[in-house]
Amino acid sequence: MTQTPHISVKDLNVQIGDNHLLKNININIPDKCITSIIGPSGCGKTTLLKSLNRLLDDIPDVQISGSVLVDGEDIYGPKTEVTHIRKKMGLLAQRPFPLPMSIYDNIAYGPRIHGIRGKTELNRLVEHYLKAVGLWEEVKHRLHGPASALSIGQQQRLCLARGLAVEPEIILGDESTSALDPISTKTIEDLLIKLKENYTIVLVTHILRQARRVSDYIIFVYMGQIIEFGPTEEVLLNPKEELTKDYVKGFIS
Amino acid sequence: MRRRKIEEFIFKGLMIASTVVVGLSLFLIIGTVVVKGLPYLNWDMLTKTPDGGYYFGRSGGVLNAIIGSVYIAGGATVLGMIISLPVSIYLNIYLKKENRFARLAKLSFDVLFGIPSIVYGAFAFSLMVYLGVRASLLGGVIAVTLLVIPIMVRTLDEVIIQVPKELKEAVLSLGTTRWEMAKIYFRQIRAGLLTAVLLAFGRGVGDVAAVMFTAGFSDNIPTSLNEPAATLPLAIFFQLSSPIPEVQGRAYASALILSIFILIIVTLSTLLTNKRRKNS
Repeated sequence: MTQTPHISVKDLNVQIGDNHLLKNININIPDKCITSIIGPSGCGKTTLLKSLNRLLDDIPDVQISGSVLVDGEDIYGPKTEVTHIRKKMGLLAQRPFPLPMSIYDNIAYGPRIHGIRGKTELNRLVEHYLKAVGLWEEVKHRLHGPASALSIGQQQRLCLARGLAVEPEIILGDESTSALDPISTKTIEDLLIKLKENYTIVLVTHILRQARRVSDYIIFVYMGQIIEFGPTEEVLLNPKEELTKDYVKGFIS
Repeated sequence: MRRRKIEEFIFKGLMIASTVVVGLSLFLIIGTVVVKGLPYLNWDMLTKTPDGGYYFGRSGGVLNAIIGSVYIAGGATVLGMIISLPVSIYLNIYLKKENRFARLAKLSFDVLFGIPSIVYGAFAFSLMVYLGVRASLLGGVIAVTLLVIPIMVRTLDEVIIQVPKELKEAVLSLGTTRWEMAKIYFRQIRAGLLTAVLLAFGRGVGDVAAVMFTAGFSDNIPTSLNEPAATLPLAIFFQLSSPIPEVQGRAYASALILSIFILIIVTLSTLLTNKRRKNS
């Protein structure tokens, strides 16, 4: 790996009750690249993703050990402010969940809670981020209409814009296109590829073709362990591990 | 094959029978109230206080009780909401699900929910004796507030649980504090909030045992918190126990007024609940 790591996971173990979901995870996620986490259902992909911005905190009986360093700062450190960590990372969930307010307020919400109050500045940010996700032309006439009136694909782009508006450095995507039609999926994928110039992106996906289309690096997770990590072509076309080979060929699903 | 058909037939029959029993009872109750009350229902009933006392008086109306009920149920609903909303936000948003305190608190509210209202009345009464408050509007409001808090907390619980956890994650991922997230929840559950309010209000208006000792009774419309206040259910009770047939008839007219009142509230809350379902 010649890339500088943006996120470093060291000896991460996650247990929920008696269930050992992640075992000794060590990985350096490269800066300004798209890294996809692949693996069969229930292997711990989403858990790994959520451990990166401490969304596991609220799960009952969860035990987390090890560390996740973002820019050298341990997000599980005792002094770390969790809101600060989460501001650095935007999350794009499986299905869009717009806030129960207008399109404009959905984007302005993040900047507002982080202290931006000026109307002109907010207007500028809303326009900027709606343009960044290619939604501006579609919604500029109904910015104050409810976000729930948008189509699912539009909502997902709105959620992406909402996340970008808090100026994160990292985007986490949890099967972000699984509820979308092929055209919306393509729009989101193209956006992510464009966004990696400025952001470090980590995606969870169960679609191998998608992983191949968008990602620079691939992490293959199986039964809570990282089996293989490397550049996309290498992992998918020339896997070193038997398990990866089986998964890529479709023997494990 | 034949056995399955018979089984189907029997159980379907039982279900239809139960439905008919419920429907018929409702029809009979409403029918009785309408038949007995309608002849005595007139404009005076709604707009005047009792003339010649609630027990013997044959003219005037139950305006004192209508106003008293609205004051008590309204005051209790407002106070109850002020207390219940922070409680359910704290239990559901700040504390984790498996938190012992949260579980204990929820169990307690379930128990409180099942306690008969006379117990609330008795408790509030002893509280009033301790504080030196006489049977009054204030006492009634306190007793009914205690009564509606568990109803509100439980209703709010139901509503908050329906908020998808992904919305919670999405909001947290923007770097919000718990309080900022609570505000988002607040917006998301607006319709449910109204349902809770209406349910509590309906319960407060209709309850008699909680206000029997605590609010007292009066033929006048209360003008301060320290004065005793009449309530509709108590007015019905007293009028019904009068030996004079006209006054008994007036009890049914009062019951009719109360029923219409409750009907409006229930219809409103059903409409709102349906609207909420549609929106989510």
